[in-house]
Amino acid sequence: MDAILAQLLNGLDKGGAYALIALGLTLVFGTLGVVNFAHGALFMLGAFCAVAFRQLITMETTTVDPGQLSPWGAPLEIKTPLAQTWFGDFGAVMIEYSVPLSIVLAIPVMLIIGIAMERGIIKHFYKRSHAEQILVTFGLAIVAQEVIKAIFGPNPISQPMPTSLRGAADVGLWLGMGPNVLTYPWWRLIYFVFSAAIIAAVFAFLRFTTFGMVVRAGMADRETVGLLGINIGHRFTIMFGLAAVVAGLAGVMYTPLVPPNYHLGMDFLVLSFVVVVVGGMGSLPGAVAAGFLLGILQSFASMAQVKGLIPGIDQIIIYLTAVIILLVRPRGLIGRRGMMES
Amino acid sequence: MALLTRRRLLQTGMAGIIGTGIAPMMFTKGAWAQEFCNNPTGDTVTFGFNMPLTGAYADEGADQQRALTLAVEHLNGEGDGGLLPTFSSKSLTGKGVLGKKVAYVTGDDQTKADAGRDSARRMIERDGAIMICGASSSAVAIAEQALCQEMGVIYMAGLTHSNDTTGKDKKRYGFRHFFNAYQSGIALGPVLGEAYGKDRVAYHLTADYTWGWTQEESMKNATEALGWKTIAPVRTPVGAGDFSQYLTPVLNSGADVLILNHYGFDGVNSLTQAVQFGMKDKTVNGKKFEIVLPLVSDLMAKGAGEAMKGVYGTSNWDWQLKDAASAAFTKSFGAKYGQPPSQIAHTSYVQALLYADACERAGTFYPPEVIKALEGFEFDGMGNGPTLYRDTDHQCFKDVLVVQGKEAPANQYDLLDVVATASKDSVTYDPAIFGGELGPDTAAMC
Repeated sequence: MDAILAQLLNGLDKGGAYALIALGLTLVFGTLGVVNFAHGALFMLGAFCAVAFRQLITMETTTVDPGQLSPWGAPLEIKTPLAQTWFGDFGAVMIEYSVPLSIVLAIPVMLIIGIAMERGIIKHFYKRSHAEQILVTFGLAIVAQEVIKAIFGPNPISQPMPTSLRGAADVGLWLGMGPNVLTYPWWRLIYFVFSAAIIAAVFAFLRFTTFGMVVRAGMADRETVGLLGINIGHRFTIMFGLAAVVAGLAGVMYTPLVPPNYHLGMDFLVLSFVVVVVGGMGSLPGAVAAGFLLGILQSFASMAQVKGLIPGIDQIIIYLTAVIILLVRPRGLIGRRGMMES
Repeated sequence: MALLTRRRLLQTGMAGIIGTGIAPMMFTKGAWAQEFCNNPTGDTVTFGFNMPLTGAYADEGADQQRALTLAVEHLNGEGDGGLLPTFSSKSLTGKGVLGKKVAYVTGDDQTKADAGRDSARRMIERDGAIMICGASSSAVAIAEQALCQEMGVIYMAGLTHSNDTTGKDKKRYGFRHFFNAYQSGIALGPVLGEAYGKDRVAYHLTADYTWGWTQEESMKNATEALGWKTIAPVRTPVGAGDFSQYLTPVLNSGADVLILNHYGFDGVNSLTQAVQFGMKDKTVNGKKFEIVLPLVSDLMAKGAGEAMKGVYGTSNWDWQLKDAASAAFTKSFGAKYGQPPSQIAHTSYVQALLYADACERAGTFYPPEVIKALEGFEFDGMGNGPTLYRDTDHQCFKDVLVVQGKEAPANQYDLLDVVATASKDSVTYDPAIFGGELGPDTAAMC
């Protein structure tokens, strides 16, 4: 039982990332009708907002101490972070909490990137075929990753989580199972809660604000909303920016789990499309449900017992699910009737 | 009477020389002058360095590139000479190789076998590389080694630890200075038995390719010989990044030791994530839960940080060794790059020097002669003590280091403690156990 619960927790935390990326992807598809292959790159760019923020606050001054020698006999270089030199203890706290603090940088940066991407390139492809949209957005993704590679190099860059959040929480104790029966890393629990909070915020924004109501109306019938004198195009541009922010924030908080490199976006790209297809193209609840469902399936498929029965199942379970869904229910789990159905 | 043409004169003269039995010594020594791939004809000779500059082992590749650049400098008489003064063979003088200045070209194998093979082929066909050195993945090394055998170019492997490289996939044109998974098992087994006892239950997470498989098998054999039980060997994709779904089942599996058959960034990620799961703080079966990383480098220890503390593994070499050669290499590398060299830097540097030295001793770049010079070569003064390049499988035999992540590092580079050394004799094995055929040493045109 505890093994199953542990795997379920893992699935929820993995699913959190899938759901956040797929949510942004669905927002773009639902509002603008664009199949955005650059959405994985937005996740990666978010992660590199965290990297850039940390590199900025950990810029160092170097002093040479001739009294001490390095292991190869040269005078020892002593490096001190500028943030610590300037702000003392507060600087040290900033460095310690650099990942959560970088959210403050990521929100405006991702919003600007999203809006610039939509206004600069994607808007010219609204009336083109999906194949052309895929080509141009895929090209954008490659440009983004090459820019990041040129600036930050090809190697993954570790982003440490705050010391107080390292290690594992005794989840079993919370559930009355006794001490050390079920433990789970603090940061992964935080990631799950963070994902759930962002998802809830997006749904609340769409549900309870006038702006959201107009966007939902536009998603259902863009033409009619336009006839009412509402500039739905501007709102959809902002929604593109919002989708970029959602993907970016998912990337920021993911960095302590897996050190990001320029290829991170591509790793998630295909996966996130599968999530959208399984959930139902254009369905926001579908994207979230499918994200968590596939995360859980992938997690269970990685257990030794399951892999023992079907070797390699952990690598194909997500795609296998997509194949089955497309065969049995082409519109996806919660897709609109008629979507992708002949 | 027809005039004596130049052609006629040459024909007559040649017939005379051969006919009179005056042995043309100058020709016998260079009889293969134009009969092998990339025979250098100018005043330079080109080495091809093929490294993972991107991908799961990119950190290792970057250090490999630094070391190989340094090796070329030293071969050409620049810098402080590095290991040239300590090397037992005195053929290398710092004047290039056989009087030719060493030039080099580099390639990115992307930590992928097909990309590595393409890159090596490009260096041979386009850049005229006479030998290829590099790789940090056994899959890449084996692929490049097979290509080099086909093309008649000597391959000096970088970091490749799979038993297959000099076992079932060995090649006449391939040579490995680095140790292998079997030797890791022999070296690490007794230390683990001493530290953790004979009654343990192990869970393996294994990189799903040739190196991971042979490492898992070797560690399984070594630990089961101690009396340990193996619960599950679980294969994981290379470059997975997030290993959490593979780590979660370990928690409730009944295992009290996790053996991570991962290397490079994969090793760093799986180890740090295992520690995030609280595995180092767990008690299972009444014993403290332990993590073992059988192949470990300074670069991985640096990447893993705190998570590496107390974790056992094995290494080919460590910059903190006290012998004169290790000190000389560390000094040379540290002065140039501001950091100590890693084990991949060391093995790659040594391989470049060993190839150059073999050419000097053979008196030619002709590969079959260079191969003969390397086979059975015994040397010292390279930082590993007395070493043999065994002729039957082209595997180097030398001491193997058992290391442990340092609990209280003295500085940012002081990450691993050498806690035991398995002697060269103890890690020597019968080459027949891994099978394979070296194949012919026939020279080829490329």
